[in-house]
Amino acid sequence: MQLDAKIPGGPISDKWDWHRFELKLVNPANKRKFEIIVIGTGLAGGSATASLAELGYHVKTFCIQDSPRRAHSIAAQGGINAAKNYQNDGDSIWRLFHDTIKGGDFRAREANVYRLAQLSTHIIDHCVAQGIPFARDYGGLLANRSFGGAQVSRTFYARGQTGQQLLLGAYGALMRQVADGMVELFPRREMMDLVVVNGKARGIIVRNLFTGELESHAADAVVLASGGYGNIYYLSTNAESSNVGACFRAYKQGAAFANPCFTQIHPTCIPHTGEHQSKLTLMSESLRNDGRVWVPRNPGDIREPKDIAEADRLYFLEEKYPSFGNLVPRDVASRNAKAQCDAGRGVGLTRCAVYLDFNDAIQRDGMDVITRKYGNLFEMYERITDESPYETPMMIYPASHYTMGGIWVDYNLMSTIPGLFVLGEANFSDHGANRLGASALMQGLADGYFIIPYTIGGYFAGTSLERVSGDQEEFRDATKAAEDKVKKIMSIQGKRTVDNFFRQLGQIMWEHCGMSRNEGDLKKAQRLVQELREEFWQDVLVPGSDKDYNKSLEKATRLADRLEFAEAMLLDALTRKESCGGHFREEYQTEEGEAKRDDDNFCYVSVWEYDGEGKMPKFHKEPLNFENVELTQRSYK
Amino acid sequence: MKKLPKTMNLTLKVWRQKGPKDKGHFESILAKNISVHMSFLEMLDTVNEQLTFEGKDTIAFDNDCREGICGMCGAVINGRAHGPEKATTICQLHMRKFSDGDTIAIEPFRAKAFKVVKDLVVDRSNFDKIIQTGGYISVNTGGAPDANAIPIPQEIAEKAMDAAACIGCGACVAACPSASAMLFVSAKVSQLALLPQGRPEAAKRALRMVKMMDACGFGNCSNHRECENACPKEISIVNIARMNREFFKASFFSSEK
Repeated sequence: MQLDAKIPGGPISDKWDWHRFELKLVNPANKRKFEIIVIGTGLAGGSATASLAELGYHVKTFCIQDSPRRAHSIAAQGGINAAKNYQNDGDSIWRLFHDTIKGGDFRAREANVYRLAQLSTHIIDHCVAQGIPFARDYGGLLANRSFGGAQVSRTFYARGQTGQQLLLGAYGALMRQVADGMVELFPRREMMDLVVVNGKARGIIVRNLFTGELESHAADAVVLASGGYGNIYYLSTNAESSNVGACFRAYKQGAAFANPCFTQIHPTCIPHTGEHQSKLTLMSESLRNDGRVWVPRNPGDIREPKDIAEADRLYFLEEKYPSFGNLVPRDVASRNAKAQCDAGRGVGLTRCAVYLDFNDAIQRDGMDVITRKYGNLFEMYERITDESPYETPMMIYPASHYTMGGIWVDYNLMSTIPGLFVLGEANFSDHGANRLGASALMQGLADGYFIIPYTIGGYFAGTSLERVSGDQEEFRDATKAAEDKVKKIMSIQGKRTVDNFFRQLGQIMWEHCGMSRNEGDLKKAQRLVQELREEFWQDVLVPGSDKDYNKSLEKATRLADRLEFAEAMLLDALTRKESCGGHFREEYQTEEGEAKRDDDNFCYVSVWEYDGEGKMPKFHKEPLNFENVELTQRSYK
Repeated sequence: MKKLPKTMNLTLKVWRQKGPKDKGHFESILAKNISVHMSFLEMLDTVNEQLTFEGKDTIAFDNDCREGICGMCGAVINGRAHGPEKATTICQLHMRKFSDGDTIAIEPFRAKAFKVVKDLVVDRSNFDKIIQTGGYISVNTGGAPDANAIPIPQEIAEKAMDAAACIGCGACVAACPSASAMLFVSAKVSQLALLPQGRPEAAKRALRMVKMMDACGFGNCSNHRECENACPKEISIVNIARMNREFFKASFFSSEK
C-alpha cells in the first residue's frame, strides 16, 4: 500500500484555495446521475447529506436511530470554535491553527488543520443563517466564551446544548432535501459491511433493525460518518449505539486505520456507582476553575469528607503543579486522579473517584456567585447522584469520551479505498494525539458542509465508474457473510450475556490501555482480549429472534467487531514507544512524570493495513512535516 | 463515609406487545435487588439480563444517549410520560425516587400517530414528516452573510433557544388527552418565527407544518397543559399561542396555501 496524503503544494494559507481550483468539476446536469451513500447522521453525516443533495447528487442516508436527529453529536455541550476574532482579542486563522496543532501534541497534519481553521468562520455564518439560536450579547451580536487550550475567546455556544442545536440545524437541512426527493432516508439500519467492486467502494450491506432483513445498496461512492470508538471501554460518555463497527468493516475491506491508540479521557465525569452502570455523564470542565481537587492523604481513610481535617487532605494537583494547580490540561488531570485511586486514596462507593470541592469557593465568593456560574451543573449532578455539591464535595472520575484515531484519509478525506470518504470523528485527520475542547463540532461540520462537496466532485470527474447493482456477486457474498455472522451468534446460546462480555472487555481496555499504558500491561491485554474473544464465540447468550427488533443481537454484532478492533488499539499502543497527548506510555516520561514525546523517532501517523484473519496487520508510516509550527514540549508546572 | 447502596424489590407491570398488529397486554415481572443508584433504564437492563437467563423475551425499549438529550427513550410510568420526576427523561430518572415493594406500571407512549412497534418501542417517524414540511430555513450551504450581519436582541435569541431545546421525544403527545403534537410543532415554528432569518418562510412554515400534523393523525390542542407538564425540557405552551398567531396570520393575510 502506498500512502499519498495528496497535500497540495504552495504556502499553507493558499493550499485549499488552489486545490479547490484544481479539483475537476461535475457538470450540474450530470450530478443527478451520481448516487452517494452516507452512513451516519451526526454533524458530519447530516451536513454532508444536506450539502451533497443541495448540489444535485442523489443521496441515500442511513442511521441506527429512529430519526437522524438523535445521532450522538447531540450530546456535545460546550461549544464550537471559530477564528472570527469578534472579541478583538487577537484571534486569527493562524492562531486557531497553531493552538490546534499544539493541543494535538504535534501529531496532526498541518495542511488539514490549517484548512479546518480557515473553514471555521464559514461554519458560524452558515449556522446562524440556519436559525441556530447562539448565545448573544446585549447588543445582539454573537457571544463567545473561552475554552481549554486557548488564550482567546473564540467559542460560540447555545447554552450547554451547542451540539444539539448544530445537529438540529443539519437535520433540518437534511429533512428539507428529503422533502425535495433528493435524499432517501433509511433509519434503524446498521451497516454490516462495505462492498468493494474492482477496488472501489461501491455499496454497503445494512441490517434493518426492526425486521432483521439484510439489504444491499449500491452507489458511486460511500461516505462514512459513523463516529468514534470511545465506548470500547464499555463505560464512556458515548451513546449506547455508538460503535466502531462500520469503520472496522471498512478496515477489513482495505481502508487503513490510523492511530487507533489515540483516545481522549475527560477528567470530570460523574463516577460510576456499581456494576449496573451503563454510561457516564460528563460534567463541564469549567468546574475546575473554582473547585479544588483532593483525596484523603491516608489510603483507606473512609471518613465523611467533612470529617477529614485539612491536614489529612491531599490536594494533589495543587501540590504537584503549583502554577497551574487544578487547571492542568485534561490528560494530566486524568492521569493524576487515576494515580491517586490506584494508590488506595480513591473515594466513594467504588473507591474510584476524587473530590472536587467548592467549599472554599463558596466561602470566598458567596453562594450567589457560585450558583450563577454552576447552578445548572450542580442541579444535574444532584439529579444523578442525589447529593448537593453546595453541601458536600462533588465526586468525579475520568471517562472516555472521544477518539482522535480513525480511518486514515488523504487531504480529500478519501480513505485508501477509492470512493470511500470518511468524515468527522470517524477519520483521524485533525486532532493529532489530543483534541481541544469545542473542536469536534467544528471538524464534523467543516468536513460535511465545506470539504466533501468539493472533493467528491473531483473524484467523480476524474474516475470512470462502471454500473454496479445490488444483486451482483460482491453484494451477494457480503450479504451471505453478514447473514452467517448473525446466524452464528444466534446459534451459540451459551451462558454469558452480551453486556457481561462487554463489561469485561471494557475493564481490560480501561485498565491496560486507558489513561496510562506500559508494555507489560499491553501484552497482557492482548492475551486477555484474545481469550475473551474465543470465549465470546463459544459462550455468548443472545435471546429472541434475528427476524425481529432484538437489542441483544445488535449489541452482540457490535461487540464481535470491538473484540477484534481492541487488538488493533493494543498493537498501536505497543508500537508507539513515546508519550504524546492522550497516549501516555509509563516507560516514556520526564523525571517529573510528564509525557515525553520522541519527535526524532515517532513524528508520524501510524497506519495499519488489514492483512487477513489472524495475521498481524501491515504497518505504514505517514511522516509529519512541520514547516509552519515549531515543535515544542508542553509544560504546566 | 457514603451510605451503603440500598437495594429494593419491585413489581413491574410492563406492556408487552409482539408487533404492531398484536393486541398487547400487561405482564407482571419481579425486579429483584434493584440498586437505588440505577437509572430507570439501568433497572430495565437488569431485568432484561434476568429475563435472558430465564430464556424469556426481553423488554424492548428505545434509548441512546442516556443523558437526557437525544430524545430516543420514553415510556409512561405509572400514568405519567417520563415518570414522576419533573423535567426528567426516564434515562435520568433514578430508582431512588421509588420505594421497596412498589408496583410500577410501564407503558409505551400511546397515540394514534405513534404506532407501537414492540413493547415500549413506538414509531415516531411522523415527527420527521412534520419537520420535512418546513422545520428549517431554506438556505443552501455557501451563501450565508457574516454571522454578525443581523443583530438579534438577546431576549429574542433566548426565547428562540427556549423553544429550540425540544428533544423530539414525544412525551407531549403521550401526555395530551387529544394526542396532539402542538407543543412539538409549535416549538419549531416559534424558534424560527422569532428569528429574523426565519421570517421569509414563516407563513408557509406554519401552514404546512400544521397541515401535516393533522394529516398524520395528531389531535388538536384542548388547553389541558399536560404537554408542558410532561416535557422533559419544560417547553412552554406560550409556543402554542405563538404558533396559533402565526397560523392565523398566515391563513388570513398570506397568499401561501
